[in-house]
Amino acid sequence: MKITRADVEHVAKLARLELTDEEAATFTGQMDAILAYVDKLNELDTSAIVPTAHAVPMENAFRDDVATDSIGIDNALANAPSRVEGFFRVPKVIE
Amino acid sequence: MNYQAVIGLEVHVQLLTNSKIFCGCSTKFGAAPNSQTCPVCLGLPGALPVLNKKVVEYAIRAGLATNHTIAPRSVFARKNYFYPDLPKGYQISQYELPICINGHLDIEVEGEAKRIGITRIHMEEDAGKLVHADVPGVGDDSCVDLNRACTPLLEVVSEPDLRSADEAVAYLKKLHQIVVYLGICDGNMEEGSFRCDANVSVMPVGSATFGTRAEIKNVNSFRFVKQAIEYEIERQIELIEEGGKVVQETRLFDPNSGTTRSMRGKEEAHDYRYFPDPDLVPLVISDDWVEDVRLSLPELPAARLARYQAELGLPFYDAEVLTASRELADYFEACLNRYPQAKPVANWVMGEVTRGLNDSGLAITACPVSPELLAELLKLIDAGTISNKIAKTVFDEMWQSGKAPAAIVEEKGLVQVSDTGEIEKIIDEILAANQGQVEEFRGGKEKVFGFFVGQVMRASKGKANPAVVNDLLLKKLKG
Repeated sequence: MKITRADVEHVAKLARLELTDEEAATFTGQMDAILAYVDKLNELDTSAIVPTAHAVPMENAFRDDVATDSIGIDNALANAPSRVEGFFRVPKVIE
Repeated sequence: MNYQAVIGLEVHVQLLTNSKIFCGCSTKFGAAPNSQTCPVCLGLPGALPVLNKKVVEYAIRAGLATNHTIAPRSVFARKNYFYPDLPKGYQISQYELPICINGHLDIEVEGEAKRIGITRIHMEEDAGKLVHADVPGVGDDSCVDLNRACTPLLEVVSEPDLRSADEAVAYLKKLHQIVVYLGICDGNMEEGSFRCDANVSVMPVGSATFGTRAEIKNVNSFRFVKQAIEYEIERQIELIEEGGKVVQETRLFDPNSGTTRSMRGKEEAHDYRYFPDPDLVPLVISDDWVEDVRLSLPELPAARLARYQAELGLPFYDAEVLTASRELADYFEACLNRYPQAKPVANWVMGEVTRGLNDSGLAITACPVSPELLAELLKLIDAGTISNKIAKTVFDEMWQSGKAPAAIVEEKGLVQVSDTGEIEKIIDEILAANQGQVEEFRGGKEKVFGFFVGQVMRASKGKANPAVVNDLLLKKLKG
């Protein structure tokens, strides 16, 4: 087993997901199976290969430093579950 | 036991671009909340970030000026965490392959030079801003303004080479001076354009392993950096002496009390699960590009300081004061271009000009007396039109009215009197009125000479040419 239940619970917590006992058990098995499948790649010798960060062989896509129009406050807030004045409104954040 | 502090600094430098790092929204400070946003910086699904080329150029500038190697290939990564000011749920940053590596800065503390290593500089986007202020009707909730989200930042990460709060401040000041000189950052610490987190730990003197460190956030002035680090060192030493243990944590500096306190709650999420951002292709920087940027670099403060001493013959003190900011040095040189005598120009810039700025709270860029007009004033002194003393009066008037010195001298009748006849007349009157002192002088008490000079200058309202006065007085008194 590469993936333990503790791993699943940790990842779930980081992703703010609440799992039932059943779900946690299911995902532990599924994630372990996925990793075992990907592990097949370790059979290849990749020591001389540069790590791939991107699947597309492209580099250097730039834009010039020109300010363009924004979409406006109302558009920006159109999908906000809650707003106040021109702000997104969120539950109190304690620092 | 004696302890040694170990400090490393992480500095965030906000770049002076017109638009954000991955979208075209304006970066102007102080706009209405959320008015400078678009699908990219709001983190809406389907939006595609595209890298601002200027940000890369500024990063190369910063890297070269701080002795870094510019990586021929670097990659953007996602740093994953949840916080309401971060709309995407991740921050685009650089992780394993940053743009600049292995730099350093040389600092000097109490006459001792020291080289501080810089691990890396990487590019990233800023988060938005949480506002807890009194927005009507918000109650206990918080407000989010995403104008700042996606603003370009450089993060400059030093090695843990600093050993005291003073060294940390010296390093920070030097870095601040360089990014402002480079024109890539406005350096405004209050508005957050240059912010610093400090990693502080202590260990027994001579120990080979560092102690556990605490990261102090929110230190937004040089003074606070010193205060926060000194407090934190004391706190950790006390804790250890009492048998306690330093825990690795984030602490917030409170400028009101000068102390740091634990920021619990943000701890658990230190698992950022970085991975390459598939939306952004790798950045490849050619040697030609690096060389182009190198050629475009302005003269840096250290080089300028050396030149002022070697070529202009200024003392170290003058050169250091004048090169402290690029604007002041530019002002000095603009004046020097019109009046090529370094020492008098330096004296005036460090004297009257600086005094005037301090009194009025103005920046050198808003100085009411332009460097060109200051040069005119110095020429008037040279030509003997006015004395040094009157020049200060004229300078004050220039400060108030912005008029040219020649016009003021004319208007106020301040032209220096060098006419011997006129001065002789005044001297005769002074001597006649002070026979007692004349006898004293002739009896060998030469000190009274100063008294006569003063009297003559006063009678002429400061306008008499001091050299002529000296000459004539001597002649009359001795003759």
